[in-house]
Amino acid sequence: MQSVNDVVIKIATVNGSGSASANGLLLKALFRMGIPVCGKNYFPSNIQGLPTWYEIRVTGAGYRAAAGRVDVLVAMNAQTYTQDLAAVEPGGWLIYDSTWPRSRQLVRDDVNIIGVPLSRICNENFSGARARVLMKNICYVGVLAALLDIDLQVIEQLLTETFASKPKLIDSNLQAIKLGYDYAREHFECPLPVRVERMDQTAGQVLVDGNTAAGLGCVYAGATVGAWYPITPSTSLMDAFQSFCERLRVDPDTGEKNYCIVQAEDELAAIGMVLGAAWMGARAFTPTSGPGVSLMNEFLGFAYYAEVPVVLFNVQRTGPSTGMPTRTQQSDILSSAFASHGDTRHVLLFPADPAECFAFAPAAFDLAETLQTPVIVLSDLDIGMNDWMVPELTMDPDYQPKRGKVLSAEALEELEKFHRYLDVDGDGVPYRTLPGVSGKGAYFTRGSGHNKYGGYTEDSDEYQDVMERLTFKWEQMRHQVPAPEVIAHDEAEVAIVSVGSCDGAVREAIDRLAEQGLTGSYLRVRAFPFTATVADFIDNHQHVFVVEQNRDAQLRSLLSIDLEVDLNRLHPILHYNGMPITATDVAEPILAALRAGKAA
Amino acid sequence: MSYIAKPKVAHPKLPRNRHGLTYRDYEGVVSTLCAGCGHDSVTAAIVQALFELEVEPHGLAKMSGIGCSSKTPAYFLSASHGFNSVHGRMPSVTTGANAANREMTYIGISGDGDSLSIGMGQFAHAIRRNLNMAYLIENNGVYGLTKGQFSASADVGSKAKKGVENVQPPIDPVSVAMTLGATFVARSFSGDKRQLVPLLKAALSHHGFALLDIISPCVTFNDHEGSTKSYAWSREHVQQVVHADYIAPAREITAEYAAGEALEGDMHDGSQLLLRKVDKDYDPSDRPAALEYVQRHNASGEVLTGLLYIDESKGDMHDLAGTTKTPLRDLPYSTLNPGSDKLAEIQKTWR
Repeated sequence: MQSVNDVVIKIATVNGSGSASANGLLLKALFRMGIPVCGKNYFPSNIQGLPTWYEIRVTGAGYRAAAGRVDVLVAMNAQTYTQDLAAVEPGGWLIYDSTWPRSRQLVRDDVNIIGVPLSRICNENFSGARARVLMKNICYVGVLAALLDIDLQVIEQLLTETFASKPKLIDSNLQAIKLGYDYAREHFECPLPVRVERMDQTAGQVLVDGNTAAGLGCVYAGATVGAWYPITPSTSLMDAFQSFCERLRVDPDTGEKNYCIVQAEDELAAIGMVLGAAWMGARAFTPTSGPGVSLMNEFLGFAYYAEVPVVLFNVQRTGPSTGMPTRTQQSDILSSAFASHGDTRHVLLFPADPAECFAFAPAAFDLAETLQTPVIVLSDLDIGMNDWMVPELTMDPDYQPKRGKVLSAEALEELEKFHRYLDVDGDGVPYRTLPGVSGKGAYFTRGSGHNKYGGYTEDSDEYQDVMERLTFKWEQMRHQVPAPEVIAHDEAEVAIVSVGSCDGAVREAIDRLAEQGLTGSYLRVRAFPFTATVADFIDNHQHVFVVEQNRDAQLRSLLSIDLEVDLNRLHPILHYNGMPITATDVAEPILAALRAGKAA
Repeated sequence: MSYIAKPKVAHPKLPRNRHGLTYRDYEGVVSTLCAGCGHDSVTAAIVQALFELEVEPHGLAKMSGIGCSSKTPAYFLSASHGFNSVHGRMPSVTTGANAANREMTYIGISGDGDSLSIGMGQFAHAIRRNLNMAYLIENNGVYGLTKGQFSASADVGSKAKKGVENVQPPIDPVSVAMTLGATFVARSFSGDKRQLVPLLKAALSHHGFALLDIISPCVTFNDHEGSTKSYAWSREHVQQVVHADYIAPAREITAEYAAGEALEGDMHDGSQLLLRKVDKDYDPSDRPAALEYVQRHNASGEVLTGLLYIDESKGDMHDLAGTTKTPLRDLPYSTLNPGSDKLAEIQKTWR
């Protein structure tokens, strides 16, 4: 095994042991050396004491998916020695704490086992149980720096910035790193045949997780009301919104907050609060995950029918039921698209990375208010909680929120009479009024049968009239939602349609197919309803592989429902074990299908 | 259309308030509830209270859930926005509306099913937030729209129309609210407009969560012999403990109370409450004592009415959160947008 800037490092620890800062330090140091990286956290649904892993893919080629392999494993957790050793590629390396005699579990002929007495080193140099544990983590960063040739000066600079207000910590951390570094240099041939070297591929890029980016996006979208009920993996989205608001939305003179965050009693209440605030004219949102969306169904149907602009972030996790809360999936596509009873459908936005999580926040509010309907941003745990390299987030300096058709008191004065659900402009979107503006704009918002004037009805024709306008409005939305991303080649042997966090794996798979002489076309849907481009793409290719992360081919079904595509032309490629999808998960089934002649 | 608008013709001599509005302007569409329904009496009391309080119609938001009670916001103030939400979820919608605009007056109309069964959780948590709203429960002990099932406020031994006896203990919204820290707790009877109107005014003027539990008999499903929420039973067992008179801001106090008998209370908006106590030992500002008194009378089958507890000193949801005084929905984007420089600054730590 030999490579430069193409190595996967996996660190196995126990959760609650403080390894996150060490892993972050490592990721950032590589990034600052100009080398593209992906950081993925594989953690248990637990607070302390269970196995957890952090994986860094160093990828000079700039790939963005999980690699699906481990080259260098830092085994800090004896509980998982066996599975950790088994995960290492033949010819790879495993580093373990050799303070104690080597475990009999750590024997494999085709893996290089490296022992570093991390505990002994730290016990000899630091005092206090907590400090010793923390320094042990920092110490392995030093070992890896020596083994992989990571620039110590970069690490030193990062530590100086991180602990700017606590200089004592800089010294102790640096000491731990140097201890590890020197030990490795003394005892092993450094660097290893897999190593890193400076590049210039990270200029203009940042490292961020999707939930942080989405929370910041809501601040820049002008959201003022956030209601939520804590649920993994969406909690950090509201945490981010809150901390950005504390920093950016507090009046410096009065200390008053220009936002209101309500931690609700449950998701039923969280979405109810969003409806109330949106009805009142604030930009309001709730972040949640699958089980939360299940609870929100009744209100989502209400918002669809009464035309209340709500924004919901669904950071998907592995279902069904409680499922695996700390594992990823894209299995809420159908349940989000049609959330609620009756004929209901919702606009969905599908971000592929944190940059789109940020950009789709203002887009979601603009669409919700322009179209007066719920908009659900379907992120997932992989995007939401992992560290992604994305272009620096930017906001159009001229951005102004699109608040849709809201009548002012003056506009109401000029009207003879206001009717809430009348299609005045012929575009399917009626005018709305906000409470507290004018008595002339008053109407009774209800989920029960209503006619186009906003009055209660049980009359068949009046009911159907409103339902037909809602269908017409839905059709208009196709032209307003974000367009898909398309890489099209004439004469492509393989056509792939995919969504969200599959993007990195699909792009990498297309490169692998190219190595086999196969040209691939690719379309990534970014919104539901689907645009004409999606229909054209499918029409232009004989056989299309639909890549997604769920068992039941939900995107494929949705394409078929919305575009009336023949299902036989859409070949499902499904990955749903809870781990992020890799290029292998995409390329191998496609190659197998081609070999079998199924989709040629 | 399945609703009947009331013709807005007012007699020229009808008194007008400072907005130039008559009592008729505070009405809504014609009620579709059963003739004699207690809820319609409550609606009439609301109309009178809002007219006398001189509430500006568009400054009020009418909130409700599902059930007979929740239909009633359509029957008053057509010039106010109303939100007839889903079953048991009115408190959350009101929380959101209030979060977006703290300047409006919020009146929520719920029922015993809507609040004490399906909506028990939201009812409890709106109280904990001290959400600034008047929360009315039109309490008839029965599910009307689904035709006569017991509700959670039905008393043990109370008989359904078909003769079945309720065996489960009732939930008393007054005791629940006191326990959860409500800052205004009152009970009344739909048949006692003289008591109900001042209580409504006080509830609407209270800064924080004001619960008004109103025994409101269901003439169709729960007004028979053996019911403990009938007109007859209520007239016999209702006992007023504290009579409240509401005095609007800047009006001369002309109540005819003997010294020592009346308790004055300043309301947040500058109005005043005069409380006349029937039992001189009752203190509506002493939560544990008031709760004990209410529960002792519940046990003996007496339904205490009046202003049972009040605390004007507590802050509402926004006071507790430190929200700006300006309604959030009125903040311009220029205030809300941190700008490009901040965006760049934040991302410095992401490298």
